[in-house]
Amino acid sequence: MSTAPQRITDIGPPHYNKYLHPLILKNYGQWKFHENIAPGVYCHVAESGDRIYTVRAGSPRLLSVQTLRTFADLADKYCGGYLRFTSRNNVEFLLDDRAQIEPLKRELNALGFPVGGTNNAISNIVHTQGWIHCHSSATDASGLVKCVMDAVCEHFTHEDLPAKVRIAVACCLNMCGAVHCSDIAILGVHRLPPKIQKDLIRRVCEVPTLIASCPTGAIRPATADGKPSVTIVEEQCMYCGNCYTVCPAMPMNDPDNDGLSIWVGGKVSNARTAPRFSKLAVPFLPNHPPRWPEVVEAVLKIVEVYAKDARKYERVGEWIDRIGWPRFFKLTGFEFTRYHIDDFKHAGLTYARSAHVRY
Amino acid sequence: MENDDRGRRRPQTPLLDELEKGPWPSFVREIKSASQTSESAQDLLGQLELSYQERKGHWKHGGLVGVLGYGGGVIGRYSDVGDRFPKVAHFHTLRVNHPAGWFYTSAALRTICDIWERHGSGLTNMHGSTGDLILLGTTTPELEPTFQELAQAGFDLGGSGSSLRTPSCCVGMARCEWACYDAMKLCYDLTMAYQDEMHRPPFPYKFKIKCAACPNDCVASIARADLSVIGTWRDDIQVEDAEVTACAAAGLNIQKQVCDLCPTKCMEWDGAKLTIDNRNCVRCMHCINVMPKALRPGKDRGAVIMIGGKAPIMQGALLSSVLIPFVPAAELMETLQELIRRIWDFWDEYGNNRERVGELVQRVGLPAFLDGIGLEPVPEMVSSPRDNPYIFFQTQKGAQP
Repeated sequence: MSTAPQRITDIGPPHYNKYLHPLILKNYGQWKFHENIAPGVYCHVAESGDRIYTVRAGSPRLLSVQTLRTFADLADKYCGGYLRFTSRNNVEFLLDDRAQIEPLKRELNALGFPVGGTNNAISNIVHTQGWIHCHSSATDASGLVKCVMDAVCEHFTHEDLPAKVRIAVACCLNMCGAVHCSDIAILGVHRLPPKIQKDLIRRVCEVPTLIASCPTGAIRPATADGKPSVTIVEEQCMYCGNCYTVCPAMPMNDPDNDGLSIWVGGKVSNARTAPRFSKLAVPFLPNHPPRWPEVVEAVLKIVEVYAKDARKYERVGEWIDRIGWPRFFKLTGFEFTRYHIDDFKHAGLTYARSAHVRY
Repeated sequence: MENDDRGRRRPQTPLLDELEKGPWPSFVREIKSASQTSESAQDLLGQLELSYQERKGHWKHGGLVGVLGYGGGVIGRYSDVGDRFPKVAHFHTLRVNHPAGWFYTSAALRTICDIWERHGSGLTNMHGSTGDLILLGTTTPELEPTFQELAQAGFDLGGSGSSLRTPSCCVGMARCEWACYDAMKLCYDLTMAYQDEMHRPPFPYKFKIKCAACPNDCVASIARADLSVIGTWRDDIQVEDAEVTACAAAGLNIQKQVCDLCPTKCMEWDGAKLTIDNRNCVRCMHCINVMPKALRPGKDRGAVIMIGGKAPIMQGALLSSVLIPFVPAAELMETLQELIRRIWDFWDEYGNNRERVGELVQRVGLPAFLDGIGLEPVPEMVSSPRDNPYIFFQTQKGAQP
């Protein structure tokens, strides 16, 4: 009698040591310095004198098993089978033979995976699922990323900006892509309160949990046809979609009113200035798939004026610190509106409380 | 619909086809590539084209789906146009706990590909926002077999829902000279220590841990983790004078591009020697980033522990703030385990449903949180002392008036 194999649970991830290049295992924790050989290519030198070369290429993050097998083939051909991915969805090949760098780069380029994303370049965009897999998205994410990266690809393959520029896309303000600390952030926004599906609420939602889900207390208990339901104080709704996440009977999608906002000047690195949030640059742009021309134009505008005006090592936020927000709006041509002035909690923290004004 | 060269129906996708143009690699090409062997990838393409036409998503909420004995690791997803695209009517995602540092071998990647081709859409994310390897789209009956094949191959699921989410880390000591502690080891050890909290959601809401081995924070731990472990050092920056001179000779303007950008102006360059007032250095990394051959972090290394980072939902985005200014590298695991136990106890006792720990700290105030977890206040925790006089003095019990 055959028995089913023992069910395995809670084993955790594979130990990383299994996947480390022998040179990395040997020199683990013993790296001395690194050099940037070319855009997308690093050389890390160990105390032992050993050198490991990294070739970084952009990927769309959404990868088929066919492409992953192509990466595996390249890793076998050039690096003994060792590769890794970065926190920004790039793929990195780890080589011990400098002579293999150029052939690998040529092959990656021929396959359509540009090499770059290092130092003062625009690296790959971190982003969310969008229409590929998300219930609360106000827009697609992969499509926006593709359009923006097509437009700034030269800044991925060339280190030609004053400092690194990190772009992120989140398709709603849940921000699974954590766009809130990026040099340039593209954020999908809803602009209408949820449409209450009264019949569905009774069947699929717990009303007290739904009421508690609203950060502004805009959802109030009500009775519809003698059954428990809710109403929304519409002036208090800021379209976060948290209610929809806890209760499917509160859909937010609206093709004409959903769209994109652009945020600038955030960072997570501690270098020079403290980590900080991105700030609102453009409150709303229409949702125009498949190529989102308005969004691409706005991002290009920011990159263009930043590249021209910022000093070496100034991140976007540090550049704006120096030139001031009025000049940022003047240089970019973005309109400053009432929506740029915070009126949520702790709003006063961003009001100008000095006579420091540039003329 | 038209037939492809194998006689199968293929959706017309004029809008998505526009996204195959241009120099950046195309996700549409990836879906088309997977749809050569996967009918669900083909229906995904059809549904996505509909979303592009109508400018709205077509995914419903996740139901409660998963694998036996786990409360997380699978994101249930159903189509609201499943009648038109039956192969994505169920299209659930598995979050697979990635190897620390996102290192793989070609053999490991192929193993994952083979399993996923047998059981799912053949589409992945390398990687998801939290760090997991994402297997994108399969049906409910395939979940358990996929999981068990992954487990046989040495992989396990990551976190989802109100659980400890899959911890992640930077490349750390594997390939970075700035690593101030072994981030990959810490990440792995924490992941192994808390398998139960990852797989069986016990919390008011999600809890994320990210290990960044230096203040450059390549995993965005300060913005994206409830508990941020950021490497730093206590002693002096290591200086190679000859390499500093070489940087200057190679054209680096040390005064303008290094000293002037130092946040505490603790560096002086007289044209021949660089002097650092290390007592005023805040370990920002700028000078080290600019001159990696000449300057290195000190030797007394460890990490600053920070609490509360998160994205906007529900009460607004927060960056993590300092909880312990320095823990020596050798003591990190033990200190963190004790600290995490106390944080989770306090959060479990006082946290509201869907309240992240950072929001709890905001609501009760950092002093009450410190009392709750047994930490003494230190000035490193604040950018400045309070500027309002509305102080809640604690009455001295039993004290005479």
